[in-house]
Amino acid sequence: MAPTLEVQNLHVAYAAQSGELWPALAGVRFNLSRGEILGILGESGSGKSTLAASLLRLLPSNGKIEQGSVLFEGLNLLEAPPQFLREIRGGRIGMIFQEPSSFLHPALQVGQQISDVLAAHESLARRALSERTLEVLASVFPTDASRISRSYPHQLSGGQRQRVLIAQAIACRPSLVIADEPTAALDPTTQQEILQLFRGLRQRLGLAMILVTHNPFLLADLADRILILYAGRIAEIGPTATVLSAARHPYTEALLRCLPAEFGEHRSSRKAKLHVIEGDPPDLSLHARGCQFEPRCIDRMDICKRDEPSAAAVGELHDVACFKFAG
Amino acid sequence: MHPILRIENLVKNYAAGRSRRSGDKLAALDGVSFSILPRTTLALVGESGSGKSTLALCIACLERPTSGSIFFDGVDVTALSENDHRNIRPQIQLVFQDPASSLNPRWTALEIISEPLVVQRRFTKPEHADKVFRLLDLVALPRKLAARRSGELSGGQKQRVAIARALALEPKLIILDEALSALDCSVQAQIANLLLELQFSLGLTYLFITHDFAMAAHLADQIAVMDSGRLVELGPSETILRFPAHEATRSLLAATPTFASMQNVPVNS
Repeated sequence: MAPTLEVQNLHVAYAAQSGELWPALAGVRFNLSRGEILGILGESGSGKSTLAASLLRLLPSNGKIEQGSVLFEGLNLLEAPPQFLREIRGGRIGMIFQEPSSFLHPALQVGQQISDVLAAHESLARRALSERTLEVLASVFPTDASRISRSYPHQLSGGQRQRVLIAQAIACRPSLVIADEPTAALDPTTQQEILQLFRGLRQRLGLAMILVTHNPFLLADLADRILILYAGRIAEIGPTATVLSAARHPYTEALLRCLPAEFGEHRSSRKAKLHVIEGDPPDLSLHARGCQFEPRCIDRMDICKRDEPSAAAVGELHDVACFKFAG
Repeated sequence: MHPILRIENLVKNYAAGRSRRSGDKLAALDGVSFSILPRTTLALVGESGSGKSTLALCIACLERPTSGSIFFDGVDVTALSENDHRNIRPQIQLVFQDPASSLNPRWTALEIISEPLVVQRRFTKPEHADKVFRLLDLVALPRKLAARRSGELSGGQKQRVAIARALALEPKLIILDEALSALDCSVQAQIANLLLELQFSLGLTYLFITHDFAMAAHLADQIAVMDSGRLVELGPSETILRFPAHEATRSLLAATPTFASMQNVPVNS
């Protein structure tokens, strides 16, 4: 069966005011199967939000997709006409963004904001529209959909507002949902509730999901595979358990070592120094040669300065872009 | 050793309901008591809306509690006049969650870090630059960044500037209000290390407000758990983690993702 999404050799750059192009993504490729959840893990500036935005061509006006293709159910979205894209966005592909309060209209009732999405994509009679709205809300608020429907965003908690955004994203029964840091603004208890909701939706609707985050813990219980992005390139991609417990790329290893030790086990390490990755992420405007992680890498070799490694398979579904693995 | 901060039966009510006259009250803090010894860290954990930030504002003398006492270095700050408050405030500093919004992006690092000095009229102008350079050294930022606007700095550099600003008046207590949560993991580790170094070298006391139990366990000597305006559990970090007694603590711990939960990752069919 054709994958839900196939991203090939994606290159994206931003134009600086001087007219010079700053590369943000270079040669990103991955597949997403039906019902699969892919976690995209990266730090600030790694290009993870650029990746999420370029899939639907939602880049800011100075962002330019230089080459590559994004095949959604076999169709290249990068060449699709605007009319078709409008149908896809919010229709076949739902989107969820980070800050729930800034994506909801403060002066409209929640139900109205759901039915606006439905009305934009489907022609429904008024009665059918309000029934569908309640049905959609009920899938994220099983017990009090009708009360929520009449509420205004300010009357809801952060977690409830995020649920409303999720309802908007799934209203038209999409086959793919792209979520950029959907839980970053929420406290851990609410975070867990939202993750639980995602798990349920995937099971019920067979949704494929792309979950963009900087928090590895979020992906542990949710994602099938994890893609590690560094300086606009894929450092490593593989099954969640493998990447989190047996990472191969030196960047992934270093990143996971930065986390405070799991409590309960290494109690003696309290107040001890945490691991850090020396140095800063590269300045992509310099177009440095070689592996982008080389200056910070503890395993660097001579070749890493000269050439850029390409992805090589190190296990089943597990690719790493590092010369340690003959890239 | 005397506690540097002692809170007794602190209550803060906000007016709620449709009108001021209705008399409806929302108890943001409902009889909170605890104390912190000098040079130690107390982590305050709890869900959003449990009263953590209200407590921080009361301690920083930015909000007047309804009743109860806050003893800072033996002085009840709730009984002080506005004038006397001015002497206490410099000794208690705050570092906020998101440096991008707590620092003016158009100000240079030098302007940001020297502002407390200007406000307090502690030093003469020429002394400011010198003082700022020494603060930059303390937070391990290169001196040449003093002339950079904060908008041009990375997230980690911004948070270091925020910490330097908090240190400018040589405080005794620093309130870290979710100071690590907006940062990337690798930057989080750098800033956590910096905070530990500073605590050791300057003898600082931290009140670390967070909902990240793992980081609280790493940085704090004691953990206090808040739930609906009440302090429901308080004790040494290890005890709280190993033997959580209160329901709220247990549910927070359960919601904290750890690598332990990575064993039951979903299998890709």
